[in-house]
Amino acid sequence: MTLIKDRKEKIGLHVMKNENWKKPVYETNGLNVWYGTSHALKNIDLTINEKEVTAIIGPSGCGKSTYLKTLNRMVETARDVHISGNVTFMGNAILGKAMPVELLRSKVGMVFQKPNPFPKSIYENVAFGPRIHGIRNKVMLDVIVEDSLRKAALWDEVKDRLHKSAYGLSGGQQQRLCIARCLAIDPEVILMDEPTSALDPVSTHKVEELIATIKNDVTIAIVTHNMQQASRISDRTAFFLNGEIVECDRTSTLFSTPEDSRTNDYINGRFG
Amino acid sequence: MDNNLLIKTNRRIVKDSIMKWLFGTASFLLIVLIAFLFYGIGADGVGRLNLSLFTNFGSRFPEQAGLKAALVGTLSLMAVVIPVSMFIGICSAIYLEEYAVKNKWTAFIEMNISNLAGVPSVVFGLLGLTVFSRALFLGNSILAAGLTMSVLILPIIIVASQEAIRSVPDNLREASYGMGATKWQTITQVIMPSSIGSILTGSILSFSRAIGETAPLIVLGIPVIIQFLPTGPLSTFTALPMQIYDWAKRPQPEFADVASAGIIVLLVILVTMNAFAIYFRNKAMKKLQN
Repeated sequence: MTLIKDRKEKIGLHVMKNENWKKPVYETNGLNVWYGTSHALKNIDLTINEKEVTAIIGPSGCGKSTYLKTLNRMVETARDVHISGNVTFMGNAILGKAMPVELLRSKVGMVFQKPNPFPKSIYENVAFGPRIHGIRNKVMLDVIVEDSLRKAALWDEVKDRLHKSAYGLSGGQQQRLCIARCLAIDPEVILMDEPTSALDPVSTHKVEELIATIKNDVTIAIVTHNMQQASRISDRTAFFLNGEIVECDRTSTLFSTPEDSRTNDYINGRFG
Repeated sequence: MDNNLLIKTNRRIVKDSIMKWLFGTASFLLIVLIAFLFYGIGADGVGRLNLSLFTNFGSRFPEQAGLKAALVGTLSLMAVVIPVSMFIGICSAIYLEEYAVKNKWTAFIEMNISNLAGVPSVVFGLLGLTVFSRALFLGNSILAAGLTMSVLILPIIIVASQEAIRSVPDNLREASYGMGATKWQTITQVIMPSSIGSILTGSILSFSRAIGETAPLIVLGIPVIIQFLPTGPLSTFTALPMQIYDWAKRPQPEFADVASAGIIVLLVILVTMNAFAIYFRNKAMKKLQN
């Protein structure tokens, strides 16, 4: 107990010291996640601030994806998951029966590792979210689709083939379409689970540029195994190891002067 | 060159060509059999394929015998079987794949459904006789036979639909749930559009089976010669395979020709349905691929 409290204070102090002007979107306190008997996340305390890019790094199996999926409760789709602790989204508790997942996810978009557009047209892919949230008006949908595709820097590439299948796009374009699809529901947060790991360097660069522009409008939490990417695009970085947070700091600080020797070893490629 | 190696190699090559012939003959045999069947039926039946075949009721005179009642009966039967079996079948498959928790019980249920697909049709006939004809007092009506046939093909439809639903990639489900869609929205907007082609294919193939089944109809006591068209779902009727079965067992050789003509009609219906099934499958494949 004292240990959790200590860490809480440490991170709390930290927030006050550096980012007291930022509003927290997600606050996680003492989060534990078990898959069956394996303890995937141990007493996680982490704050994700509004309109910032928070990168979550760490070696495979450290729980970084599990943490991200807890934020929109996709983690519960796995079998035999047990969660304890407290996660709030814009001040509201989200775990358990506190909030319907559908409501939470209508404010929190997610981009996955592998681009997963629907086998529908480009237009229908982007219009999917607004449609399921009840927007039927054709003019309104047209506006949302164009706006989202423009924000995702895809409009010029696809405006002549909006009604063609999304499967005709390249992998990178598909991933940006998935980001556009998220933007169409006007989310507060977009969670990205290694969004560029299936892409070539040029497409990766485009997605990174896109993240840099949309972070003015939305908060982004991104899991990445690519430390260069984390240092390029994020404002803050959390380093996970064996289900615990080792360190969380401003990205520039964490990469230049890490406090923990394990962070130092990881970012310098000594393990993982 | 090593003589021993040469002999060994030759032996392997000979073995290979023997196998080629064996496999070739096996498939050729099947084609020959089908050709014989088609030729036999065609030669006997084509002569009787005239308008009177479709406008006459059954008769004890072969030259007057027609399959009007049987054709209308079969179509009426399908009018019960198609909606009932598709509705229950697809709903069960959706429940088992999307809603049900995967545990021992659902595994047990699924195993039993697969096993039911292999139960002989006469057993389903007895089930229909006990439940629909006797307990529910439906007698030998279209409804009783239609429900029996529906139960008979339900396992096939459920298994085919489950496979179709399972083949929709999980990342599409994730994408949909990740946008805040409910289960029902995900099913109607994502899973069904991607799987309906395969579901229809499986269903249509099972309807062909229902059209051709005779045993359950015999158990239910469906009459053969009737001189009227069914008036409603509770009316009695006869069906194509029953009619063909009756013609085939009659002693007069002329009835063999009528039976052949009936078989041609049945085959045409079956081939048409299978063509539809293939069309839907190709359409679904194209949709998923491009």
